Amino acid sequence: MYNFTFHRPTTVRQAAGLLARNPEAKLLAGGHSLLPVMKQRLANPPALVDLSLVEGMSGVELKGRSVVIGAMTRHADVANSKVLQEAMPGLAMVPGSIGDPQVRNRGTIGGSIANNDPNADYPAACLGLGATIVTNKRRIAADDFFTGMFSTALEEGEIIVKVMFPIAKKCAYEKFKHPASGFALVGVFVSKRGPDIRVAVTGAGSNGVFRVKSFEEALKKRFAAKSIEGMTIPATGMNTDIHASAEYRAHLVGVLARRALAKAAA
Amino acid sequence: MPTVSMTVNGKPVTGDVEARTLLVQFLRENLRLTGTHVGCDTSQCGACVIHIDGIAAKSCTTLALQCEGAKVTTIEGLAEANGPLHPMQEAFREHHGLQCGYCTPGMIMAALDIVRRRGNDLDDHTIREQLDGNICRCTGYHNIVKAIKAGAKAMAPGGASRQAAE
Ligand SMILES: Cc1cc2nc3c(=O)[nH]c(=O)nc-3n(C[C@H](O)[C@H](O)[C@H](O)COP(=O)(O)OP(=O)(O)OC[C@H]3O[C@@H](n4cnc5c(N)ncnc54)[C@H](O)[C@@H]3O)c2cc1C
Ligand code: FES
Ligand code: FES
Repeated sequence: MYNFTFHRPTTVRQAAGLLARNPEAKLLAGGHSLLPVMKQRLANPPALVDLSLVEGMSGVELKGRSVVIGAMTRHADVANSKVLQEAMPGLAMVPGSIGDPQVRNRGTIGGSIANNDPNADYPAACLGLGATIVTNKRRIAADDFFTGMFSTALEEGEIIVKVMFPIAKKCAYEKFKHPASGFALVGVFVSKRGPDIRVAVTGAGSNGVFRVKSFEEALKKRFAAKSIEGMTIPATGMNTDIHASAEYRAHLVGVLARRALAKAAA
Repeated sequence: MPTVSMTVNGKPVTGDVEARTLLVQFLRENLRLTGTHVGCDTSQCGACVIHIDGIAAKSCTTLALQCEGAKVTTIEGLAEANGPLHPMQEAFREHHGLQCGYCTPGMIMAALDIVRRRGNDLDDHTIREQLDGNICRCTGYHNIVKAIKAGAKAMAPGGASRQAAE
């Protein structure tokens, strides 16, 4: 890891100021994606702006018909949140499935979403619930936020402050864990909120998280595994690597979507 | 060079470190607390697990400067020198929960975090699942699971042994 200067602002405004003065600087949240990448020298920021002392950036709250999660909320704290368990247990399944206990004790939702790893779990939940990502500058709909592998709509110096998830009556996440890394080989988040039906897939697409419109269409009649019985998606645009072929990933999308639907109905 | 101050195993410590210094380097190289191990340095094996403000974390994936003002506990902080072992350490000894011992400090620190989150009455399945982030190349895990189960019981109020010294 190359050296850098280290900053610990206590307000979002200070953090934004530090980013403005150090254009190559990076924000540091839980450090569980950034530090490993810096060790490999794939990222060499000259400055890190640690968000851990910034007030008011963590916690899970119920606001109207949404669950609002602060960007610095650790995976373990989201998974175990009483508020979330009551309001939308399907969403709590997502951070509960991330990595291992030590990773969940440090990693944050803001860091995970900003990183947009193509195998990460939270992007599927954001897209699968139609979340709104709130930054220090604006609100971004999940549909516009995830723009491709490791890329997002965030601009230079933009800081995620919180994520707002509209409460869906029925939702669930099902994931085929990569046995070594714990990341999603494929993960599928399904939700039904009134007429809004979403099926979002992570891990499979070579362009990152995406929605399966054909499944969503078929689920309009009835939000149940049976409605998409036997349906598959084409393997074009799926990832192929040593872990799984494009065809296998495409197959898993159908299988996991049906399992998630069964869980959501339970 | 930045200065970092924290409490390690109950003692206030201060050191000059480069910003890039990992917590595990600070513990091992500055403080000479070499009980915390580096197995992979890629955040996967759990040999480096310590507690930051009572919560288990990988010290190879944490900067020393992120722990400014924090209370850090390492394996060396569990028992007094020459005193009796912590009940979890004692359980690992009793149940032969180690062979080479390289993974053991991380296993024990992770085990204490399982007790914090899941209580003193643990079944095998829970223990195995919760050890997801700790790799052992020797034991086949069987005796580690046994040790954690027994250690967790011994830590219970009124259990066979005294309460954790944390
Ligand atoms: C062993 C291991 C296993 C893992 N398994 C999984 C898994 O199964 N599923 C999964 O989804 N993830 C997994 N992860 C990744 C983990 O969830 C990370 O914690 C997460 O991806 C990044 O969050 P962080 O808080 O650690 O962010 P950091 O590493 O601190 O930051 C990541 C990126 O986000 C930026 N950033 C951070 N916060 C903000 C913000 N508020 N606004 C704007 N930009 C920001 C940073 O500048 C950086 O570029 C794993 C990690 C490890 C080490
Ligand atoms: S050395 Fe930290 S996880 Fe392996
Ligand atoms: S006892 Fe040797 S690695 Fe676990």
